[in-house]
Amino acid sequence: MREQLRPAVVLLALMTLVTGAIYPALVTGIARLAFPWQATGSVLTVGGRAVGSALLGQPFSGDRHLIGRPSATGPVPYNGASSSGSNLGPVNPALDSLVRARVALVRAREGLAPDARIPADLVTASGSGLDPHLSPAAAALQAPRIARARGIPVDSVLGILRRAEAPRWLGLVGERRVTVLRANLLLDGTVVQTSP
Amino acid sequence: MTAHALAEYALVMALVLGLAVPIGAWIARVLEPGERPLPLAALERPLYRLLGTDPADDMPWPRVAGAVLVLSLAGVVLLYALQRLQGALPLNPARLAGVPPLLALNTATSFVTNTNWQAYGGETTMSVLTQMTGLAVQNFLSAAVGIAVLAALVRGLVRRNARGLGNPWVDTVRVTLYVLLPLSLVVALLLAWQGVPQTLDAAREATLVEPFRTDSATVTSQVVPLGPVASQVAIKQLGTNGGGFFNVNSAHPLENPTPLSNLVQVVSIILIPAALCVTFGHLVGDRRQGYAILAAMTVIHAATTLPTIAAEQAATPVLAAAGVAITPGDDAPNGNMEGKEARFGIASSAIWATTTTAASNGSVNAMHDSFTPLGGLVPLWLMQLGEVVFGGVGSGLYGMLVFAILAVFLAGLMVGRTPEYLGKKIEAREVKLAALVVLVPSAFVLLGTAASLLTASGRAGIFNPGPHGFSEVLYALSSAANNNGSAFGGLGANSDWYNVLLGFAMWIGRFWVIVPVLALAGSLAARTPVAPGPGTLPTHGPIFVVLLVGTVLLVGALTFLPALALGPIAEQLQLVAGGR
Repeated sequence: MREQLRPAVVLLALMTLVTGAIYPALVTGIARLAFPWQATGSVLTVGGRAVGSALLGQPFSGDRHLIGRPSATGPVPYNGASSSGSNLGPVNPALDSLVRARVALVRAREGLAPDARIPADLVTASGSGLDPHLSPAAAALQAPRIARARGIPVDSVLGILRRAEAPRWLGLVGERRVTVLRANLLLDGTVVQTSP
Repeated sequence: MTAHALAEYALVMALVLGLAVPIGAWIARVLEPGERPLPLAALERPLYRLLGTDPADDMPWPRVAGAVLVLSLAGVVLLYALQRLQGALPLNPARLAGVPPLLALNTATSFVTNTNWQAYGGETTMSVLTQMTGLAVQNFLSAAVGIAVLAALVRGLVRRNARGLGNPWVDTVRVTLYVLLPLSLVVALLLAWQGVPQTLDAAREATLVEPFRTDSATVTSQVVPLGPVASQVAIKQLGTNGGGFFNVNSAHPLENPTPLSNLVQVVSIILIPAALCVTFGHLVGDRRQGYAILAAMTVIHAATTLPTIAAEQAATPVLAAAGVAITPGDDAPNGNMEGKEARFGIASSAIWATTTTAASNGSVNAMHDSFTPLGGLVPLWLMQLGEVVFGGVGSGLYGMLVFAILAVFLAGLMVGRTPEYLGKKIEAREVKLAALVVLVPSAFVLLGTAASLLTASGRAGIFNPGPHGFSEVLYALSSAANNNGSAFGGLGANSDWYNVLLGFAMWIGRFWVIVPVLALAGSLAARTPVAPGPGTLPTHGPIFVVLLVGTVLLVGALTFLPALALGPIAEQLQLVAGGR
């Protein structure tokens, strides 16, 4: 095996140079030119101040805002420095009691019937803990409460939710979804810039 | 199952199979260029001089095995050192400390063996330098080595009365230059376009729109984690490595932001393993041989994916009883959304789960630990099949060819003739080597699971109670010993026990397969081919496909059914009985 040592070490060094430095530098260079905003985290700014990433969810709880999915990140929800799902198994009693509590909370908060079925994404923790989206059903369900809190017609809230909605790719792949942060910025009338 | 889910699956497979044909033909030309020089031939020559290898050096199998082992050991040493020293090295904007010894050793083994088991969270553990010049480099190298080993096995099947199996250094260099790098560049840019970050900064800070109070403090800001993510995610998928840049891998909205980025990634996971079947057909001079293997893989993939989608859409009685909407609709995916992302819903998550475990990729876009019992059983079993349904880059096909040898052996037993594959007689030595390849990693899975349950340190990592906790351990061993890398993530795997045990499992899963496969290649190369006779089983038709599928499923079922009964099957019965 001694005869193989030189090629192994030289190949490792070459690969580190080519695939570990030149390749990522090339991708970084092209991405910076072609997609400067995306390459640096799709950050939304107001007067130069970053108010979030278009791709990361934020925690909301106020009545005037659209409220996103439960987040299992620690120590605080939607912790961008430490993505995590709950990893609760399907028959874990802890999952059962968490979901029941969330269902009760949503029914009370949105003034729904005590036996109303709640869209699954609104009462289950996302995989990343940073999910920026809600299903259209989970978003529309909150429109009357947001409208009441803001004193505006439900229809104008629904209109904003539609503006914050993205379709399936080619109408086929993935799911329709409402970006929670975008909907809330629109509701607040905050004008954001998407320059890098 | 919804029509939309079925259509999405059909689109994924159409893209994979459609792209596999031209890419497979190209890889065949890269591995056996013959008289026609490859485009960068002028660049290759000085490279080989630098390496000190003669491209015409036709190595017998022990030297090929030696090359692979020495390269891998050197890779472990370098990657270990890089992790330990990252605190003192540049490109560490988050000022992360050196990685602790056993975790560093486990991670080095993990990336060198193409497993990418991760007992750490990327954003909290690894510096930009470690990710980019350490982990990502092994993503390329381990994939290229997989194809080099496959090339040696195919040469063993094709050559007659020969000792040499080619030059693995040349194969590794060519596969990297002509296949992995160009494909990665394309995929990385597609992902960057969709929103995957690509920068040397580690993070930015954003002010929350709605600050909130916790018991101890007011939280007013959020970290937006960054890094050279797109370039690394591209090769993580194309090389069937699967190691995430961030902790939650491709469930992270910055690692996989849109349904389109998800489609690009899921296709990338099985693209090269599928293409290599086509390559195989080209190299053995009968394309039908390659299509037969590809058909067997596709059949198992479809037969496992569709029930997984159905299981996750049906969710569980627990969720239904809690008041959760289950029926899928156009305005909400519903079903079992715990641990899944809203942009992917059920279909994209379930298709990914079976694809990443059929291939030895192991990246996730949803948390497998929170899947329904049956939805979690399928990914677990796909790994236990030995990662031959597409499998790893190179390793999937050389594993499947071992099963092909077992299949013709079984067929030979049934009709009482000496089995042969591609004109090479399969004799006792080949069957023994094939049995070693199949049995040893499986034995390690079962014994390792048992040992973990018998020790306090093994049980300490279990997160979920009941049969699901058992599944977490079985999943970890199955993942490591088959070089997959995905996890039932609740398991606390960053302990001395699991770092060492799973480190061994990954090493055995990689090299206990590679060395016998190369020995097999050496012994086949030395044979004189025999002309097909009336007793020869054709290995390019539907009968062979059925036989191959049957062999893979039978071996997997016989080996693992008892263990599965203690985990996901018991859990499903628990659900049906309505008990806890």
